[in-house]
Amino acid sequence: MEAPWLWLITLLPFLGAAVNGLLHARVLLARAAGVADDPAGERLVAWIGTLAVAVPFALSVLAFVRLQGMEPDARLLTASLGDWIHSGTLRVGWALAIDPLNSVLLLVVTGVGALIHVYSAGYMHGDPGYRRYFAYLNLFVGMMLMLVASDSLLGLFLGWEGVGLCSYLLIGFWYADGEKSDAARKAFLVNRIGDFGFLIGGFLLFWGDAGTLQLDGLNAAASAGTIDPGTLRLAALFLFLGCCGKSAQIPLYVWLPDAMAGPTPVSALIHAATMVTAGIYLVARLGVLFAVSGILPVIAIVGALTALFAATIGLAQRDIKKVLAYSTVSQLGYMFLGLGVGAYSAAVFHLVTHAFFKALLFLGAGSVIHAMHHRQDMLEMGGLRSRIPTTYRTMLVGALALAGVPLLSGFFSKDEILFLAASGDTAPWLLYLMGLGGAALTAVYTGRLLALTFFGKPRFDEAEVHVHESPRSMTVPLQVLAVLSVAGGLLGIPFVMHPLATWLEPVVGEATAIARGAEHHGSHALEIALLIVGGAVGIGGLVFGLRRWQGDPAAEKARMDRLEGIWRPLANAWFVDQAYERVLLAPLRGLRALCAGFDVFVIDGAVNAAAGAGRAIGERVRKVQSGATSEYALWFGLGAALLLLIFWIGGTP
Amino acid sequence: MNAALLPLLVGLPFLGALLVLFAPLGDRSLRRLAMLFALATAVVGGFVFCCFEGNASGFQFGFAADWFTLPGGGTTRLALGVDGLSVLMVTLSALLVPIVLVTAPGHVHKRIREFLFWVLLMEAGMLGVFLALDLVLFYVFWELSLIPLYFLVGIWGGENRIYATIKFVLYTLVGSLVMLVGLIRVALAAGTTSIDELVVGNLPEPVQHFAFACFALGFLIKVPVVPFHTWLPDAHVQAPTGGSVILAGVMLKMGTYGLMRFGLQVLPAGAAAWGPWLAAIGVIGVIYGSLLAWAQRDIKKLVAYSSVAHLGFVVLGVFAFTEISLQGAVLQGVNHGISTGALFLLVGVLYDRMHTRRLTDFGGLARTFPAFAVLLIVSTLASIGLPGTNGFVGEFLILFGSFAERPWMTAIAAVGVVLGAVYMLGMCREVLFGRVTNPACEKLEPLKPREWAALLPLVALMLWIGLWPAPLLDRTRVVCAEMAARIEPWLDGEEQAALPREPR
Repeated sequence: MEAPWLWLITLLPFLGAAVNGLLHARVLLARAAGVADDPAGERLVAWIGTLAVAVPFALSVLAFVRLQGMEPDARLLTASLGDWIHSGTLRVGWALAIDPLNSVLLLVVTGVGALIHVYSAGYMHGDPGYRRYFAYLNLFVGMMLMLVASDSLLGLFLGWEGVGLCSYLLIGFWYADGEKSDAARKAFLVNRIGDFGFLIGGFLLFWGDAGTLQLDGLNAAASAGTIDPGTLRLAALFLFLGCCGKSAQIPLYVWLPDAMAGPTPVSALIHAATMVTAGIYLVARLGVLFAVSGILPVIAIVGALTALFAATIGLAQRDIKKVLAYSTVSQLGYMFLGLGVGAYSAAVFHLVTHAFFKALLFLGAGSVIHAMHHRQDMLEMGGLRSRIPTTYRTMLVGALALAGVPLLSGFFSKDEILFLAASGDTAPWLLYLMGLGGAALTAVYTGRLLALTFFGKPRFDEAEVHVHESPRSMTVPLQVLAVLSVAGGLLGIPFVMHPLATWLEPVVGEATAIARGAEHHGSHALEIALLIVGGAVGIGGLVFGLRRWQGDPAAEKARMDRLEGIWRPLANAWFVDQAYERVLLAPLRGLRALCAGFDVFVIDGAVNAAAGAGRAIGERVRKVQSGATSEYALWFGLGAALLLLIFWIGGTP
Repeated sequence: MNAALLPLLVGLPFLGALLVLFAPLGDRSLRRLAMLFALATAVVGGFVFCCFEGNASGFQFGFAADWFTLPGGGTTRLALGVDGLSVLMVTLSALLVPIVLVTAPGHVHKRIREFLFWVLLMEAGMLGVFLALDLVLFYVFWELSLIPLYFLVGIWGGENRIYATIKFVLYTLVGSLVMLVGLIRVALAAGTTSIDELVVGNLPEPVQHFAFACFALGFLIKVPVVPFHTWLPDAHVQAPTGGSVILAGVMLKMGTYGLMRFGLQVLPAGAAAWGPWLAAIGVIGVIYGSLLAWAQRDIKKLVAYSSVAHLGFVVLGVFAFTEISLQGAVLQGVNHGISTGALFLLVGVLYDRMHTRRLTDFGGLARTFPAFAVLLIVSTLASIGLPGTNGFVGEFLILFGSFAERPWMTAIAAVGVVLGAVYMLGMCREVLFGRVTNPACEKLEPLKPREWAALLPLVALMLWIGLWPAPLLDRTRVVCAEMAARIEPWLDGEEQAALPREPR
């Protein structure tokens, strides 16, 4: 059904960004003229920014309701604004298409986005770049909505790179700090490596021979067998490289921990809840294509490896945001594991619950950092439970959900993925055990985070740091997200209700059937058994983490300072950054120096040498023009003699 | 009316140049007079763009008058015309000159009369190159556009300007001479000098191969591609800002335009034979230019080497021979003029204030010079081809179209998309972010109205073409499809027997 108003959803955030950008320019002009900032201005900016996302949320709800009113197989809303790029056989329009899958994403992006805007209003209070911040944040939401709502791979790519840009701008928001700017650049560049894969994947699909970049057309071409199987496999691998960049999977995850340099609400919105899930969205969106391509096992293995690998690093971080960052990498791994075993709706389920509880945890961490006057080292915290009770209680909910404690949302979504991995076709028990191991580690580092931050005695100077609870604009979003982190489980409770899976069925049903076969895998008994194991691991790990690190924080400090044995590689993230520096960046810099030398000495050297030779010849020949007639006469005589000689030898007159 | 349009377009700047040279006026009035003519030319250029019929094949607004008789009996003509290949470049050229003139007071302080004269004369020459429909006329305009730049760099350039000027002139002269050989070969073989006949005729294959090699060398030096590129960084660094803008915006595109007009249209068999090599040279240019740009410590040199990389993409697009890649190549020629033009203007903004171009002399400008920071970031994004900016549409079409014919080369060239972000964002990092270390960065004069006037139109164009490229793509569609179709028979070994033309 044609629904032009869908454009309001994507365009309003851009409008908000433009207005706040102009307000920022006005403030800069005023500052240049020596006028102090108007404190009332902040409220206006926050309102504009929040409304520019809240109204699209309301419209997304409307879209959702509209879709619900349609026949399940006909659920589609479209809106088109004419051609974007039309050349030869390539024709891509400005067009949106909303179906059950991305209607869920729209709700998450605008809903969580609006909450984080509200939170930011308090968190960023007093920052000289307040307006700029909201302009960027709005711009991000607009780009993210383009990514989610576009009907073509190219439109999706516009949002894909657009969110990358906003991520760059927001990680480097406090640009005066060179390290933050470097982190921003790293994020953009690593993502560009992924985008290279995205482009090549798109080229391969179009020419190989889908002949379209429409998302539904690509799925249809893959299922009809129009695309050559070898090409399809290669294309899917390249697209997945793009997903590894955006969604921070091995080998391209390295930018996400550094991305924590940005303001904490940004980490919550962009680097936990929305942007980093774009890769999951892409695989789910092209579900049929990926299922037919046969690379799902690759995705499952990369996901499981990342889930386990990142969780180990989370165990040994001091910075509260770094723990959450590696946790995000790990949780995204679970989503890919789910996609890889054909559990598309389970992956989306985990995407949604993770958006709730990880946004909650990040915003809670922001509240802690706010309370601690911008200290992020958990070893310097402790005992915050009684001092910031709302933050503590809400964060506790998020932590329980992350750890997979039964009845919270994360428990259901993670265990569904693990169950489907255990009952899948690809190395089921290996993948399951990797996932379970990661889950255990997750519970442990979550317990460690809680213990070091909230329990025990304060390990900071209370005279110096006046711990205070955050303002209501920050705590209310925390409370809303806490409710969602609990209630999110209602989207899919085994044996009881699974509204999300039913809702997504028309979109991902075909892909799931191709990936997992039509018959049901795994018995009820197995599912129940795994639920029990999962719950026990979650509770057990959490309790273990809490008890171990609550007991002796001083020992933990000593351990983190000394970094002996296994703690050294863990705290240094397995030295992956250093390895990249050695095997990738250093050779590239060498090549750069080689080329620069070649340019100066060989190419330009040859040019200058040729010029020099020309000049030298000129210098010599110049002397011939001496002006002495006798010399000219001599040359004339010699020349004439030579000619005569030639004619004489040649025998012609 | 229509027939007079193109002579007017070339004549206006020419007339303006003469008036500026002789008018007994002060500097301010002279600047205004020159601006008047430049703006009038831009209006006519815009008119040509708007009235250009996108769906029509062949040349439009044609004008022709007999010129002189050649020794062999052929007649040269003063013939002008515009088609999809030239219409965008004509409009861009006409648009960039007022932008150069409006910023000139910032960096041109001496011999203003001469400066204005050379700029307008150069405009007449450049427009003539794109419009000429006669080989001899083309060559005259080609050389005419070269001489003013010689003086612009040589008189108003930087410290090392003489070295740069001589290097530039020698390179270009070598290119011109080789091109002249090819041009004569074509004229002799075809018995005509009219380009509108040549672009549909078929020359004997050996002639095409030989003539193509000559033309290509001339144009490749102009573009420039590796390894004929070393004149460009020197010329850019020494040129005054306005010179750099025109050099990057228009002069280099004379090379890519020539490659398409003469290489593909006149000599399709030659192009088909040499195509893979030239595409490979383009790809090498992308990677090599990017690495070199990354190695630079001088901001203007960095932008200059980025041009080498960008034009490498264009060369790849031209010699991939697909309709889409050709459309991308034509469009990217315009895009490069806009975004690199803006980048050179921004470098000039800094140089006028701080008299340095070393990257390490900057830092933290995002705080002290925010308007500049926004413009630099937007131009950077256009340059690295972020979707939504003009650079994306061009670069994407080139890569997308080329992939169909030359997947491996395209995949390597696509690495340049990553490298582009490396050096451009590296430049932004050093110039804009971090702490202010140089006290000179602390108190910078805000952007002047004339600087806004020069930069805002370019930024608007970046977004316009990025979001709605249809007006440009619609005008180049037919000619690119025809070019691809014309070269098609020569590809894949199924070579057509060339029909030698009867000499007239």
